[in-house]
Amino acid sequence: MKANPGYYDYWPYENRPKITWPGGAKIAFWVAPNIEFYELNPPENPHRKAWPQPAPAVPGYSIRDYGNRVGHMRQMQLLDKYNIRGSISLSTALCDHHPQIIELCKERDWEFFSHGIYNTRYTYGMSEAEERDMIRDSMESIFRHTGQKCAGYLAPALSHSDHTIDLFAEVGTELFGDDAGIYTCDLFHDDQPTPIHTRSGKRFMSIPYSLEMNDTIAFVVNKIPPRQYGQILKDNFDRLYQEGEESGTVMCIPTHNYQVSCPHRLKAFEEALDYITSHEDVWVTTGREIAEYYREHFFEKAKQDIENRVLSLRGGSNHGIG
Amino acid sequence: MALDKRYFEYPERSYGMDHGRYDWSMLTDRQAIQWPGDKKLAVWINVGLQLYPLDQQGVPFKVPGGMTMPYPDLRHFSLRDYGNRVGIYRFLRAFSRYGVKPTYAVNTELAHQNPYLLEAICRDDHELICHGWNMDCLHYGGQDKQQEAELVAKSVDGLRELSGEAIRGWLSPAKNQSEHTPELLAANGIDFHCDWVNDDMPYRFFTDSGDIWSMPLSTELSDQFILMNNLHSEQSYVEQILDATEMLASETTTQGGRILSLQIHPWMLGQPHRIGKLEQILAHLAERDDVWFATASDILDTFTSQLK
Repeated sequence: MKANPGYYDYWPYENRPKITWPGGAKIAFWVAPNIEFYELNPPENPHRKAWPQPAPAVPGYSIRDYGNRVGHMRQMQLLDKYNIRGSISLSTALCDHHPQIIELCKERDWEFFSHGIYNTRYTYGMSEAEERDMIRDSMESIFRHTGQKCAGYLAPALSHSDHTIDLFAEVGTELFGDDAGIYTCDLFHDDQPTPIHTRSGKRFMSIPYSLEMNDTIAFVVNKIPPRQYGQILKDNFDRLYQEGEESGTVMCIPTHNYQVSCPHRLKAFEEALDYITSHEDVWVTTGREIAEYYREHFFEKAKQDIENRVLSLRGGSNHGIG
Repeated sequence: MALDKRYFEYPERSYGMDHGRYDWSMLTDRQAIQWPGDKKLAVWINVGLQLYPLDQQGVPFKVPGGMTMPYPDLRHFSLRDYGNRVGIYRFLRAFSRYGVKPTYAVNTELAHQNPYLLEAICRDDHELICHGWNMDCLHYGGQDKQQEAELVAKSVDGLRELSGEAIRGWLSPAKNQSEHTPELLAANGIDFHCDWVNDDMPYRFFTDSGDIWSMPLSTELSDQFILMNNLHSEQSYVEQILDATEMLASETTTQGGRILSLQIHPWMLGQPHRIGKLEQILAHLAERDDVWFATASDILDTFTSQLK
């Protein structure tokens, strides 16, 4: 085990090279619907239980199934209404189980990125080779069913190993060169994209995905009432929009069809989407587009700035920062 | 710890569900249903009438709402009992005032112990469904099949005998089931269960003893979930129900009729500081011209009679 994962360098949120998004936008806004498949009776993982009750865990399983049966169409129609293309964090087995959902999203030119195969198969306990195979399987599934070269990764159920991010970057390169395996959603250290160290040395980024705006975290962990969630989304946007004047920021709303699409929650979510998209200078986009734009225009500047302002300082003093 | 080889096998990774209980189907792909009188929203008020034993065994888990303190947990025992003594009579007045036709999910042991209560809830138009034996008699994966078979039979037959009513519906305590529960329900003449929260409309559920129906009783909108689990305010409870009402009603403009199902408990909303919130919701629903107050069976029968 490591005391620090070492994926990124300290980089102060002041005086960074200015980011300007396409069209002069101040903020890149993306919505990341998690479209997941949970198994009713998954094989056991000794490190984490899938369900609190012995199988069949009807309460947990059935509400997640609600997301696919009922919730998906509601959220998709709402995103259509505000011209938002979703960036799907996909349990890729869903391509096999529910191909209709994949087709509907494909028609809309939504992005598909990998969230593992099933959300009930955790990374914990996997050997490096096993995890590599799982990641490869998920990326190949996306390509086979959608033609997309998977750019991003959010580990299944946010379960990681010390190799997760390295493996994702490497498998992406093996499969599709620099088109795939370029960003992670698993790190929550910043409101702007940041360069990430991987062992292959590839130009790889973290794209802000936001745990705090994640509807499941908001509703289940933090137990926030629906209307308050809508208000939090607006407040989050207001501040990032304001700061985006100085240097472009990223706002993400990670959602789940079994949370935000429930009848008592949809209205507050819609109000927030309406509010956000009614502003000028908002780049409504996808995870991949942010990553690619950043990689092309700002990645090297960022590396240089980190080198100049942080790493050189560390090297130049014998007490260091890190 | 290394993982078993099975962890990397995906035997159910194919079209549809990963089990054989029901067909995969998106709500928007289904036939539109019309409620009587061209109403848009069927409102199913489902009251949990529950007995939480003081000597709770908690097998295989402690039922939410049950005893949490060392024995004897008098605070929770008596607070739950409050609902059956006091809170329910506030409910009855409110139902009568706003023309609600309630469905009561009753623990059979409670009906057995309290004939007065059973008689009181049966005075006005209503439906009774079976809510198992008591809140500590759970149905769960790995349960002995014979033991569960006796539990289901005792609960369903008992409520039929005590009430003289047909008892077509079932709600498991804690909405938890074993791998055999659906078969046992079908074998005991149950037409529908309300445990699976994966839909907003009824759907066909397969068992080895014949098909039953799954009825959509929302957990997310239940008073216990919002107030006790999520610790939201009473005002927020009202807002959530009204927002849900609005959303479901708006969906009926492009799709068929929808169901607003409210699971409520007299030990929760029957408290003096909360009953007004229930009345506020019922008053709103009663004023709407698109609402049909109906029992679970009313809704299911209307639904099945229209299926093509």
